[in-house]
Amino acid sequence: MNPDTFDPNFKIPAPERIGDERGSLTRLVQEMVFTVDHKRLGLMYIGSGLLFFVIAGIMAAMIRIQLAVPRNDFLEPDVFNRLFTMHGTAMVFLVGMPIIFGFANYLVPLMIGARDMAFPRLNAFGFWVFFFSGLLLYFSYLGAPGLYAAGSAPDVGWFAYSPLTAKAFSRGHSTDYWTLSLLMGGIGSLVTSINIIVTTLCLRCKGMILGRMPLFVWLFLVVAFLVIIAIPPLSACQIMLILDRYFGAKFFDTQAGGSAVLWQHFFWIFGHPEVYILILPGFAIASEVIPVFSRKPIFGYPVMVAASVMIAFISLGVWAHHMFSVGMTSIGNTFFAISTLLVAIPTGIKIFNWIGTMYGGKLRFELPMLFCIGFLFQFLIAGLTGVMLAIAPFDWQLTDSYFVVAHFHYVLIGGLLFTIFAGIYYWYPKALGKMPDFRLGLCHFILFTVGFHITFFPQHIAGFLGMPRRIYTYDTGRGWDAWNLISTIGVIFQAAGILFFVVNLIYSYIWGKKAGDDPWDAWSLEWSTTSPPPSYNFETIPEVRSRRPLWDLKHPDDPDWKYE
Amino acid sequence: MSPLSGGSDTRGEVNIFRAIAGAVRKGGSLVLAWALAAQAPAQSTDGGIMRPVADMFQPLSRPAEMIHESAVLVLMITAAIFVVVTAMLVFVVWKFRRKGPEDDREEPPQIYGSTHIELAWTVIPILITFVLILVTSRTIGEIQNAKMPEDALKIRLVGHQWWWEVHYPDLGIITANEIHVPVSTRTGKPRPTEIILESADVIHSFWVPQLAGKTDLVPNKRNRTWIEPFATGTFFGNCAEYCGTQHANMLIRVIVEEPADFDKWAANMQRAPGVPAEGLAAQGHRDFYGNSCVSCHRVDGTVAEGVFGPDLTKLMTRQTIGAGVAPLTPENLRAWVRDPQSLKTGCLMPDMKLLDSEVDSITAYLLTLK
Repeated sequence: MNPDTFDPNFKIPAPERIGDERGSLTRLVQEMVFTVDHKRLGLMYIGSGLLFFVIAGIMAAMIRIQLAVPRNDFLEPDVFNRLFTMHGTAMVFLVGMPIIFGFANYLVPLMIGARDMAFPRLNAFGFWVFFFSGLLLYFSYLGAPGLYAAGSAPDVGWFAYSPLTAKAFSRGHSTDYWTLSLLMGGIGSLVTSINIIVTTLCLRCKGMILGRMPLFVWLFLVVAFLVIIAIPPLSACQIMLILDRYFGAKFFDTQAGGSAVLWQHFFWIFGHPEVYILILPGFAIASEVIPVFSRKPIFGYPVMVAASVMIAFISLGVWAHHMFSVGMTSIGNTFFAISTLLVAIPTGIKIFNWIGTMYGGKLRFELPMLFCIGFLFQFLIAGLTGVMLAIAPFDWQLTDSYFVVAHFHYVLIGGLLFTIFAGIYYWYPKALGKMPDFRLGLCHFILFTVGFHITFFPQHIAGFLGMPRRIYTYDTGRGWDAWNLISTIGVIFQAAGILFFVVNLIYSYIWGKKAGDDPWDAWSLEWSTTSPPPSYNFETIPEVRSRRPLWDLKHPDDPDWKYE
Repeated sequence: MSPLSGGSDTRGEVNIFRAIAGAVRKGGSLVLAWALAAQAPAQSTDGGIMRPVADMFQPLSRPAEMIHESAVLVLMITAAIFVVVTAMLVFVVWKFRRKGPEDDREEPPQIYGSTHIELAWTVIPILITFVLILVTSRTIGEIQNAKMPEDALKIRLVGHQWWWEVHYPDLGIITANEIHVPVSTRTGKPRPTEIILESADVIHSFWVPQLAGKTDLVPNKRNRTWIEPFATGTFFGNCAEYCGTQHANMLIRVIVEEPADFDKWAANMQRAPGVPAEGLAAQGHRDFYGNSCVSCHRVDGTVAEGVFGPDLTKLMTRQTIGAGVAPLTPENLRAWVRDPQSLKTGCLMPDMKLLDSEVDSITAYLLTLK
């Protein structure tokens, strides 16, 4: 090149290889497949979780349409049974778990001032194992020839009580798809949890002692330990079930002296901690959002940590409260009723401390805060109905009725999903660099909240009137008609809310305002780096002296470390 | 006294609960009234008062009444907590909202916690929990460890996919899907019924909300529950544990009768059915025993000794067919004999591909089983 004709705008032409230009689809796929970056994996977890959420949500809508009126013939009984099985399994294992792991992946390293997770490639492995376990489960619709040799998904319910899963009662391979999918997904959950624990314990930046970690990180540390304790019993009983079905083992074969109740013990030793695995991340998000939008530090940080650890600990000893009606002794029932009631104490402390955090603050009702206030109200109801269910005699009436359906949807939607929405709106500017649109978000919040209550509150009453779970139809005249119709009408509002949410995610990404590094004027480390953060997260590894490092920077005259 | 021991001598203590329970029940009934208005109990000819709305807050039997007592207490406590905490939340959200841009100039006072306040809201929940633990423990003991009188009526209930097999071992009666029991009395000699629960295949659950809470029917395990109804009528219930395709249509009815009526019913059940001498029914009798009906069904005193399907000995004494899927009318019975799958998709009785004439004759024969 002649130096005299130097063109200052000259660029070296990019090599012409397929998929090299930024933003192309092949490039995107290539980056997703090869990435070991915790942020990208985090977003992939959340994205695929939301994808499965929409699928499982449509299944729920079909369930509600079938139940809208008595003796409806919208769905065949087998189709209905497959729908609620797949809806439940997907919502727990393909929506709840990946989304919370997505949040952990994205945020834990940023919050503790690390450059990545401790084991980045294991992290990618965990994601792909989860993702393919989800595909495997849904492939059962095509790949598991059922009784009529048509496509057939599992129809044994998400807790798949034996002996309904035995060869005699579950022909074909649908149950095997369910078993293998959960076994596989369990491996992904285990490695991800090990990764979270090692990252939290080993990669904290200078000054970030355990007592200065954001509550978010604390809660995910607790969750990760719970996963490690809870998943092995689940995997064990899946393996026992495979042995029963194909190798002539007799663990759950009641005709040959096996025990049907054994499955329930194994399943709920996993299943109850699982409930806390799902709700503690909700607490984690609320514990970040509420202080920032109240402009105050979290009220009683040490107590919040202690309460979380206590909830996790007690949750390991309450599993048989799912089994009050299987005919345990009165001593057994009493033990599990007492241990379950004890959970109310630390949970109550948490709710009070969140309210205490808001007390005396200057509350800013941005989208994340709106969803967190909704969470507080709904989780209060969920907690109180939980107390009712803990009273074993009352549970003999309520268990396996629509009251339970209402209760755990208040926990998992009113509690977890609302905080997930709060978290998505809160960290959206950090992850994508654009602000979520407030008006669209407000429509989402109002429609979804209204729809949620219309759908699930009447189910409490249907339960009081003796309506059992998992029935594909019912007769008129039993007092359930009105409640079911109202419940189905609520779905329209929820679906509209979700539509606004999806539109908002896309609209704001394209047309949203630029966010800047710290749009909410927050205090934890992730807001000190750019939005979105570079792949190495921080130019220099930060050093912290308190629980709110950015508060110290913004208020050098009155830093937190003086008081802690 | 230990909370586990329970017993009838402690019943006086809960009078205050019972009084408030009554008030709450009235209030609750008002709330539910509009939904239930169209479903007032209707008089029927054989089952007495029909009680299709299985409202657990209108118990008409022990132990449902004992459950109801503790349930109302818990509802009151949780309602109080709900009101207090919601009021706190609304107050805080309203009082401390951002009033305008001037609020952004200065941060509010930074408060990190308060040992006293946190101690208070730890101790109060502990006390409430303690009360709940005592109530729960006692009710569990009272219900589970209740002693049945020696002469209590005994029933053995066996769950099948998707129907109920009912045995009265002391009376030598076998029937299906509908249980008859005598009404008890609060003043005279109590007449509770003890129910032994078993399953022939998968797990089912016996649940008639106005009589008792649920107890599962678990294969290879023998469970037990009891009822002591204080009102007559037909009580509705469901299988409450998911048990496969037709879980929704595994309904159960408990028909509570005056002791004299119950004895009359039992006496009729113990008589073997007659053999129709002539006409369509006689042809049906031949067709019934000539086809494979007898492989699965039982008719007392005949060669029909099948155990896979419901006992048909006194079929026409029952109110419904197919474990509650339809009322037992001649038309529905005929439809069932023609093709059970048309009424109850996926049920284990196949379409027997009978000729039209066989359908008519077998239906006619079945109509004589009463």
